[in-house]
Amino acid sequence: MSHKILVIADHHDGQLLDATGRAVTCAADIGGDIDVLVLAHDGQAIADAAATLAGVSGVHLIDNAANEHPMAAVLAPQIVAFADNGGYSHVLGPNTTFGKDLMPRVAALADVAMVTDVMAVHGPYEFDRPIYAGNAITTVRAPEAQTLVASVRCASYGAAEKTGSASVAAATVEAELPSHTRFVGLEQAESDRPDLQTAPKVISGGRGVGSEENFRIVYDFADKIGAAVGASRAAVDAGYVPNDMQVGQTGKIISPELYMCFGISGAIQHLAGIKDAGTIVAINKDPEAPIFELADIGLVGDLFEIIPALDAAVS
Amino acid sequence: MKILVSVKRAIDYNVRIQVAPDGSGVVKNGVKHSMNPFDEIAVEQAIRWKEDGTASEVVAVAIGDDAVAEQLRTALAFGCDRAIHVKTDDEIQPLTAARVFKALAERESPDLFLMGKQAIDDDANQTGQMTAAKLNWPQATFASKIELADGTAEVTREIDTGLETLSVDLPAVVTVDLRLNEPRYLKLPNIMKAKKKPIEALVFDELEVAAATPIETVTTKAPPKRAGGIMVETVDELVAKLKEKSLI
Ligand SMILES: Cc1cc2nc3c(=O)[nH]c(=O)nc-3n(C[C@H](O)[C@H](O)[C@H](O)COP(=O)(O)OP(=O)(O)OC[C@H]3O[C@@H](n4cnc5c(N)ncnc54)[C@H](O)[C@@H]3O)c2cc1C
Ligand SMILES: Nc1ncnc2c1ncn2[C@@H]1O[C@H](COP(=O)(O)O)[C@@H](O)[C@H]1O
Repeated sequence: MSHKILVIADHHDGQLLDATGRAVTCAADIGGDIDVLVLAHDGQAIADAAATLAGVSGVHLIDNAANEHPMAAVLAPQIVAFADNGGYSHVLGPNTTFGKDLMPRVAALADVAMVTDVMAVHGPYEFDRPIYAGNAITTVRAPEAQTLVASVRCASYGAAEKTGSASVAAATVEAELPSHTRFVGLEQAESDRPDLQTAPKVISGGRGVGSEENFRIVYDFADKIGAAVGASRAAVDAGYVPNDMQVGQTGKIISPELYMCFGISGAIQHLAGIKDAGTIVAINKDPEAPIFELADIGLVGDLFEIIPALDAAVS
Repeated sequence: MKILVSVKRAIDYNVRIQVAPDGSGVVKNGVKHSMNPFDEIAVEQAIRWKEDGTASEVVAVAIGDDAVAEQLRTALAFGCDRAIHVKTDDEIQPLTAARVFKALAERESPDLFLMGKQAIDDDANQTGQMTAAKLNWPQATFASKIELADGTAEVTREIDTGLETLSVDLPAVVTVDLRLNEPRYLKLPNIMKAKKKPIEALVFDELEVAAATPIETVTTKAPPKRAGGIMVETVDELVAKLKEKSLI
């Protein structure tokens, strides 16, 4: 049986996010016709970008001022109405905070169960997903008689190539949009560094870095090698860095080629965020730190001596 | 203001998870269980509002087997006024939990339903959003700050791009993130007092709630092990290794 898959686009500031391409790659593993749904205000450029994703047959754009900020309560009824009309068998979203917030609301409105964090596809209704912060992987089978709603674990998939040329069509749906939820503001951390979720290299600091000022040496070294910067929860909680830099079970789950962490002990909740990294390098002054059990390359020592030495060595 | 707060029993976050060799799941017998850490934060928040007079009543709710009463007692020791335990021995997945929570919300008519953003056992991150959808209420997930006003809440949310603030009409479902607060340590007198507070038991089958078609678990396995790593002694050695792999 052929499946019809709808991927919900994640976008920000008028740009399609890489996470959308990753969800498309997962959709391709499921197999079937893949459409992308863009809900936006002035979203033509986003839709055009989605149309270049390889494997996508059609892009549908619901352009509406109400969709300017992605609020689940506003988007979900539109998605359910659109998926219903289009006879989609699967509705997928990325497991970014956008998808995490939205997809369960979509599933519940459609009154179907949902699969969170698909990391491998065994069949159109059979998937692997992580539980217990990735300390166990479970294979689950969802009911075939109903629409399958799922979020895709972005760290498990590369983004679809940008070689496609799908059609883009404006879409409208009949859905009652609630007014009980209002956007007030977004405080964005300004950064010119590569995006933490997609960068091939990530440098992270933990509590061992000691202060916001000290984090400067982590940023400087990251800039030197063109890396994104991440952090442990302890570093975020202590106010050294903003929350959007947290890596781990409840932060970002990443899969860079190189992950280097300084002054991070290696709690399971942190490790949950980096298990798919290519090479993990740990620098910690405590030889017993659990991070060394997972690291590919470990170096025991004081980060305040090692970072300057590294900096000099790569110059 | 009346607040409902959900409390899930889960394996303690410090426990090293063991996967059963036969693929049937993770080993739970004889393993320490606690209140889901995010739910502790939700309970703490509700109690702070009770203490400063914002909340008049805080009710803890849970779905699960008899053992769940232990976590409800903990919630009562935090300062919840009473608890409701929906009893079942079956595994309850988020859609079914949301149907139950909808029924409880309709019965209790709270102004706010606080939940953890995710349960650290199934890591589903679904129940709050699903409950809000079922009730047709607003939702504000991943809250790191909640300000209550007359009939509305202003919620700061931790999202990938930074901190987003939403204003929602009450009643609403708010799911909490780690940075909302730090839960208190429980004191013995409060633990003793909690023993006298009421836990109302409801039998799942007696609620007029149908269980949703479940997602079946085929098998559970341990994650693939990473190949063993090496230790280096010097920065130069480290740089050489990274250059070997063309990583810098
Ligand atoms: C439900 C839940 C979810 C969580 N989610 C996350 C999450 O998503 N991400 C996350 O990171 N954590 C998470 N945590 C927290 C986690 O359990 C740890 O507390 C946290 O990761 C510790 O951060 P850390 O390694 O920076 O700090 P610590 O554990 O305090 O480690 C600091 C390390 O720095 C080393 N050090 C100190 N000074 C130096 C120096 N000069 N040079 C070199 N090394 C030095 C020390 O030896 C130590 O190993 C979560 C916890 C819970 C309960
Ligand atoms: N059986 C349950 N009993 C009590 N609360 C629950 C239950 N299942 C889910 N929850 C609540 O829903 C939140 C999210 O759970 P989940 O969707 O499973 O990640 C948890 O933090 C709990 O507050």
